[in-house]
Amino acid sequence: MGLLDRLQQLRGPVPDDDIAGRTQALVVRGNEFGFDEFGASRESLRGALRVARWLYRHYFRASAFGVEHIPATGRVLFVANHSGQLPFDGLVICAACFLEPPQPRLVRSMVEYFVPTVPFASYLFARWGQITGTPENCRRLLAAEEAVLVFPEGARGISKSFSKRYQLAEFGKGFLRLALEMRAPIVPIAVIGAEEQAPAINVKPLARLFGAPSFPVVPYPPFLPLVPLPVKYRLYFGEPIRMTGDPDDDDEVLDEKARIVKNRIQSMIQIGLREREHVFW
Amino acid sequence: MTDGAERPAARPRTVVVTGIAGRLGRIVARRLHRELDWRIVGLDRRPMPGRPKDIEHHQVDLRSKKARDVFRTGEVDALIHLGVMHDPRARPAEIYSWNITGTTKLLEYCQAYRVPKVVLLSSANVYGPRPDNPQFLTEDAPLLAAQRFPQMRDLVEIDHLVSTFLWRAQGVETVILRPVHIVGPVHNAPSNYLRIQRPPVLLGFDPMVQLIHYQDTADAIVAALGPGRRGIYNIVGPGEVPLSAVLRELGREPVQIPHPVAKPILSLAFRVGISSFPVDELDFIRYVCMVDGRRASAELGFRPRFGLRETIHAVDEPA
Repeated sequence: MGLLDRLQQLRGPVPDDDIAGRTQALVVRGNEFGFDEFGASRESLRGALRVARWLYRHYFRASAFGVEHIPATGRVLFVANHSGQLPFDGLVICAACFLEPPQPRLVRSMVEYFVPTVPFASYLFARWGQITGTPENCRRLLAAEEAVLVFPEGARGISKSFSKRYQLAEFGKGFLRLALEMRAPIVPIAVIGAEEQAPAINVKPLARLFGAPSFPVVPYPPFLPLVPLPVKYRLYFGEPIRMTGDPDDDDEVLDEKARIVKNRIQSMIQIGLREREHVFW
Repeated sequence: MTDGAERPAARPRTVVVTGIAGRLGRIVARRLHRELDWRIVGLDRRPMPGRPKDIEHHQVDLRSKKARDVFRTGEVDALIHLGVMHDPRARPAEIYSWNITGTTKLLEYCQAYRVPKVVLLSSANVYGPRPDNPQFLTEDAPLLAAQRFPQMRDLVEIDHLVSTFLWRAQGVETVILRPVHIVGPVHNAPSNYLRIQRPPVLLGFDPMVQLIHYQDTADAIVAALGPGRRGIYNIVGPGEVPLSAVLRELGREPVQIPHPVAKPILSLAFRVGISSFPVDELDFIRYVCMVDGRRASAELGFRPRFGLRETIHAVDEPA
């Protein structure tokens, strides 16, 4: 895409119900067949984003704060808390970055390694711009000035039980190394609401039986978290954090830096919880 | 050639090509013949009918004394090893001995008779298709293909043999090329697969694939012959596309098979002979196995000449 096209896209805000227009304004580096190197295609995104918008606006009635902190261009690492058994927090963040800012952004979340083994999810996630969460993939996208979303809590976060809600699990250091190495600003995101979408307890014996990382059970039919409750989502985008330093530094130094990001998200969560009046509206 | 004009007394240089009688071997030989003023000596267990008169051909087993004589008598300037046998219908032990012993012998001859350049045509498949693969593997990624596909074992082992040789024989410029799926009027697994009118695909899986035009592969081999070139290189074609887009472009009608039953169905079809799809290679149409070709472009100056569409359609070219 030429610079001129890019400037034209930045010219004016595209209304948020104009999915086709906003999809057109997305920066997708497609080849002659319309696919980028990770298999994302504008065509597939258009359909998916219609559904995402409905979920975002009508099902979860999401509101986003601090949207001005979403950079219009350039590499960025979104770092968010992960919760709610089902990865709708990822979807809501992607939808927010697509719908809310004047220049829509394609967010590429780092998904678990098992996703490519699941039929349909394997290629649909790729068509929608989601990537297998290897450091190499993240590095490549940041180098191409794209926006990458990571959940440093990983599976520990999404599968934690209801009693631990809004308490951040341990953060990995991988995201921090990548941010330092690629000199990418970190935009912290606090997600409020996802914790209540599937209030589950983890039945450990069943998890061991199935060899799964967790076996969540919810106290209402069908007892498995398949459909999220229509909670209201609130997203808080924080000011970009620019970290400097050596990505190969000692673990203690990196832990210290990761804690800065974690604390920022935790305090944004506290503010969000205080401002929230009700879980469902 | 300018090279000859500077040193008029120089003897013509000699390149030995194994596997020359195969489709790709002939294409490579033709390119070398046309572009370089080299004497070409073929080594293949198969006959090579219709070869140009000035291409020398020895129908021998690589493990035999006759093969050794080719290196001993002639002053060989380069070896291009294309002779990796991969036949899903042949006996594995037989192929294994041919491939591994053959390659070991070749490397011995090269060291003993001071061949200054060895080029192995390996494959990007040696990394193996895996769900946790990064989208683009670099040359230092482990070669894991043999873990799940016994059929790939030979290829991985040959690659290892030659990598070891690369570090051990410092006097020899060894180049290992790991091209992505080579497509064209050649007999290899990806081209055979893409020529099927109703190819099997796995329901719910559509990995990104990389293809390279057979002529571009020949270009890479010619580039590897250049003086000073040494090392391991991924060779990529014009880009990445989903498998489904390739099949659509070729007008194929894929048959969707759910992956839990694909193995039994396809191995039955293979045994009765109605399908030639090697079941061990199912993961190639399930997971990504793509490589990063930046090293070859920086150090060998290799760039594919053919675009995506031309490359895809090369599979239907008449031989």
